[in-house]
Parts: sequence; C-alpha cells; structure tokens
Amino acid sequence: MARQPNKETLLDWYRQMVLIRRFEERCAELYQQGLIGGFLHLYIGPEATGVGAVAALREQDHVITAYRDHGIALARGLDVNRVMAEMLGKRTGVSGGKGGSMHLADRDLHMWGGYGIVGGHLPLAAGIALAAKYQGKDEVVVALMGDGSTNIGYFHESLNLSAVWDLPVVWLVENNQYGMGTAVGRASGAVEIVNKANAYCCGADGHGMLQGPRVDGMDVMAVYDAISEAAEHARKYGPVLVESLTYRLEGHSMGDPQRYRTKEEVESFQTKGPIGRFRALLSDKYKGVESALDRIDEEALKAVDDAVEFAKNSPDPTYDDLVSHVYVD
Amino acid sequence: MADKVITIREALSAALREEMQRDERVFIMGEEVGVWGGTYAVTRGFIDEFGEKRVRDTPISEMVIAGAAVGAAMAGLRPIAEIMTINFAFLALDAIVNHAAKVRYMFNGQFTVPLVIRTTTGGGKQLGATHSHAPEVIFAHFPGLYVGVPGTAYDAKGMLKASIRDDNPVLFVEHSTMLQRRAAVPEDPDFVLPIGKSDVKRRGKDVTIVTYGKGLEWSMTAADTLSKDGIEAEIVDLRWLRPLDLEPVFESFKKTNRCVVVEESLPMFNIGAEVAAQIQQEMFDYMDAPVKRVSAMDIPLPYSREIELMALPSAEKVVAAVKELV
Repeated sequence: MARQPNKETLLDWYRQMVLIRRFEERCAELYQQGLIGGFLHLYIGPEATGVGAVAALREQDHVITAYRDHGIALARGLDVNRVMAEMLGKRTGVSGGKGGSMHLADRDLHMWGGYGIVGGHLPLAAGIALAAKYQGKDEVVVALMGDGSTNIGYFHESLNLSAVWDLPVVWLVENNQYGMGTAVGRASGAVEIVNKANAYCCGADGHGMLQGPRVDGMDVMAVYDAISEAAEHARKYGPVLVESLTYRLEGHSMGDPQRYRTKEEVESFQTKGPIGRFRALLSDKYKGVESALDRIDEEALKAVDDAVEFAKNSPDPTYDDLVSHVYVD
Repeated sequence: MADKVITIREALSAALREEMQRDERVFIMGEEVGVWGGTYAVTRGFIDEFGEKRVRDTPISEMVIAGAAVGAAMAGLRPIAEIMTINFAFLALDAIVNHAAKVRYMFNGQFTVPLVIRTTTGGGKQLGATHSHAPEVIFAHFPGLYVGVPGTAYDAKGMLKASIRDDNPVLFVEHSTMLQRRAAVPEDPDFVLPIGKSDVKRRGKDVTIVTYGKGLEWSMTAADTLSKDGIEAEIVDLRWLRPLDLEPVFESFKKTNRCVVVEESLPMFNIGAEVAAQIQQEMFDYMDAPVKRVSAMDIPLPYSREIELMALPSAEKVVAAVKELV
C-alpha cells in the first residue's frame, strides 16, 4: 500500500504542478523572444504523471527520462533558477549551459538526466538498476518514456534484460497519444502499450510482473498509487511497466503546426486538465483551502519570475567551459 | 616478478582476472562470456571463479549491452562489456557514441563513465562481408571515447589493465586472428601501460612505418624483408587511435623523411588520411616524398579465400609501398 499523503503533501503536489505549468508557459514566451534556442518540448498536460511518479519515490531512488524533461526535473526538486538558467544556456544552469532543454540532470538528487535520443536512456536505466542491485542497495529506478519509444529496439532490449536480470526498474510509459505527430494506433501494433510488457513478463526467478496497470495519467493520485505499488514490486522482485494515459496540450515541440489532430480534440482534453481537476479535488476535500491554493498560484508565478531574472543575470559559459569535461582529467 | 611468454589471449585473461581480483566493482557482461567461457575463450573459467553476479551472460542485444554498461558505470560500477565482434558494435553505435562518449560532457561533468567495451576486429577468416570489418577508426572519430588496439601480448595486458583502471570509456579492440601470438609479458599485477602512448617497435633510419593492430605484424614482416635489401624501416605502433600520439611519428619522420601508414581499415577517411594530414601540417619541411597508405581495398570483403586475401593488406604490399618511396 502506498503511503497515504497528508494535506501538506497534497498541497505540495499542487504546488509542483502549478510551478511546472507556469514554468513551461514562460519558456514558450522566452522561446518566441529568442532567449531559448534549439528544441523545446513542453510538459503542459502531463504534469500529474511526472509529479505523481516522482512523489512515489524515496530520496535514494532514481529518475531518468527522455527529452520532455523539464517537469520531471522540477518535480524531483531541481532548483528552478538553475533549470531556467539551463534553458537560457547559462553557466549557472544545471548542466552548465552545455545540455540545454533536453538534458537536465542533477547527480545529487539522483535525477540522471533527460535524453534526446528516443529510447536511448532505457538501457541506461537498466544499468543504473543493475548497479543498485549489484551493490545490494534497496533502490528503484523509474524510467519515464513516451509512447513513441515503445516501438524502438532499445525498449524491447531493455525490458527483456530487466526481466532476465530481475532489475528494480519501473518502466513508466507516458502515453500522450502521439509520437511526434503519429497517433499511437498508427505506430504501434499493440494499441494498449501496457500489453507489450506481456512479452517479457516472466523474470528468471518467476516473480516477473512486468505488465503493470494502465492508469489515468491526468490524475496525480492515481499515478502516485500506481507507481508506489510498482516501485514496491520492483524493489522486491523485478521490473514493472506502467502505462500512464495522458495528453500533451501543446505541440510536440515549438513550431508544431499540429495538423495531426483537431482543435476540438485538444479542447476536450483542456477541460480534463490535471491541475484544474486536482484543484477541484482539494477544494472538495479541504474546506476553505482556496486561499492557500491561490497563494500557491501566486508564489509559482513569482518563483518563475525570479528564475527568469536569475537566468538573465547569469553569465554565459566560457571557453574553459566549452572544452572541459570531455574526459576525466 | 618475472616476465612470462604468453599468448594475447592469455594476456587478456590475465588482465581481466587481475583487475577483477583487485576491484569488486569490476564485472563482465556480454554474449557468451559466462557459461560458454567467451567466444574466443578469453573468459574461460571466470564464471566459476567469480560467479554469475560478476560474469554476466546477456541476451543477444548489443544496444542494451552497451547502454546498460554505460548506466552501470555512471552509477558507480566498472563494467567490462563484451561485444562479440566489432561488426555487431554497429548495433550499439548510438549507445557508444551518444551516451558512453557524451554523458559526461552533456551534463557538465556530473557523470563519470569508467567503462571498457571489449571487442574483436578484422577480416581474413572467410566470414564474408558483414563479419570482416576493421572499423575501429569510426569510433576514434568521437571525443569522449578512447580507442585502443593492441598488437602484442605485452601491450594487450598493459593496455587492458590501464583501460579498466581509467575513469573514461574505452573501446578496446582485439584482433581475432592474433590471439595466439606470443610475447614476454610481466606477471606483476601492477603492470599497466599509459593510455595514449605510441611505441616504437623497430628502429630504422630509412622510412617510418606507422601502424597498429594487425598492421604491426605485416609491417614487422615487411621490415625483415626490406632489411635484406638494405632498407631499415622504423615502425611506430600507435596502439591508441584516441588519444592519438603522433609525437614519436614526427620524431621518426625528421630522421627518415618518408612515411608509410599500414592499417586494415578501408582506404577512405582512415588513420592514414589523418597521419598524412598531420605530417604535411607539422613536418612539411622534412618531407621528401608523399605519405603512402597501405590499407584494405575499397570493397566489402568476399568469402573466397584467395580474393579475400587479395583485398587485405599484406607484408608484400607494405614492402612494395616502401620501395616506391626509397
């Protein structure tokens, strides 16, 4: 059973989700202004999945994800100022301005990074889990990925190895319905992605339960419960795959004309958005909580304002930064 | 401790065993490394000695062998991942190039990847076009990775031990037809050779032969033949394609003013191209002739014995190239 979150915890999840939303909205503006370059994949829509999943982990556990990583980084507690500084390519960024939007990491917080190659981080997750198991540590890895990555070889090789070696990994598929512009049903033989785990289901010791639940990824409580349970299984026996049904309310990246879906479809999901829904739940559960929620909303806006200030006032990387960390000296 | 004459295979085994005894974090993973004992028998007996935890058979899954080894290295272990032959490393190219070589840089030094990927290279065994590549130069293109290619048992042991002890990712390439070659090798468990140092394998004054891996064998044989004709070749064994140490090449070239590069790679964009470019840049005033290159022919390798050998370099081809220069 998952630890039951108290009011303070639930308000903190709300805070994280709102912070992510405001952060992403601001990033979109900064991108339009030319202050953020490269690709920019916004985490607007799937906030409940990232926040719920990370909330289910302990400090010693591990998180790794793909390139839509801002929300995961903020949920894991990376400093919002330094995340924004990375967006702006500043020396104070979490990756020193050398990684950018797709490559946010913090070793100390066991956030092993966002990765730009679809599926490329999945074997890394298996390796991190192997290291934990090898060293006899009671730790679990949550590897987030998009639906698109479940069609690439890395996915199948990594799931298979994790089952053969009983590795403590939760494979969390954020199914946002589209791999770039290609709908899941047009790209995946298995339309219910969670079924793909079936093929690798029996770990060598017979404890395999690779196929976990399909959860409502717009419901932070449901995601928290599912990942808590999956992580528990992963620690004890081996890998689990959870599919989180979510939706990205913005384009794949900036400048996506979104010809692959209708406005009506996007609008229908906007009304089911995870933040409004969670706010309604909290208002219902705790009488008079609105003022606290309003205050959280204001604080999130201010935190993002401050982060932009911090980033803008930060120095650019130098020539020494350019040439450092290619090798261990 | 004394030296002992052993094969390259035995040198590799000894290096692995000593480093596994020395450091609990070192482990081996790959296809057929355990129960089978290694397809080239380098890890024979290891699974009994070190157990399944440290000698890990994997599925035939090069992408995850390389990628999981990167993750394990980032998380504090010191994996030795075996890719059975370098032909299969093409499947793992993304994990090696985009992750092993780059995660340190991309995340500004937060991660360290103390990883060795061992693999075998080379043609000449009638295995056809897909199983006969010698493409280590491709991997040497990328900063963040080291690429070592030993040509003797002595180097094999010292270079592999150095690779395992180093905190950077190393692609360690062994030639599949040279595993039985013998040399005197130190038994001292702390014998290591520096990473990124070339080695002059033969002294001479008339021509500089730059080579590595199997090319060393062709070049040494050629040098014996040339010597009978009064031509003394100096042979520089690069040993490492990255870091590439050309200082001994330049030193030699100042004396010989002529250079032949011998390698099993294909002719275009190979080490010969790099060495020739650097010699004309650094040694222009010393040049008496263009740099010549001996490599495989620019075709896929065929199966049939005679025409396969026709396509590969040989001592005779090295002799002929040198004679065109001096």
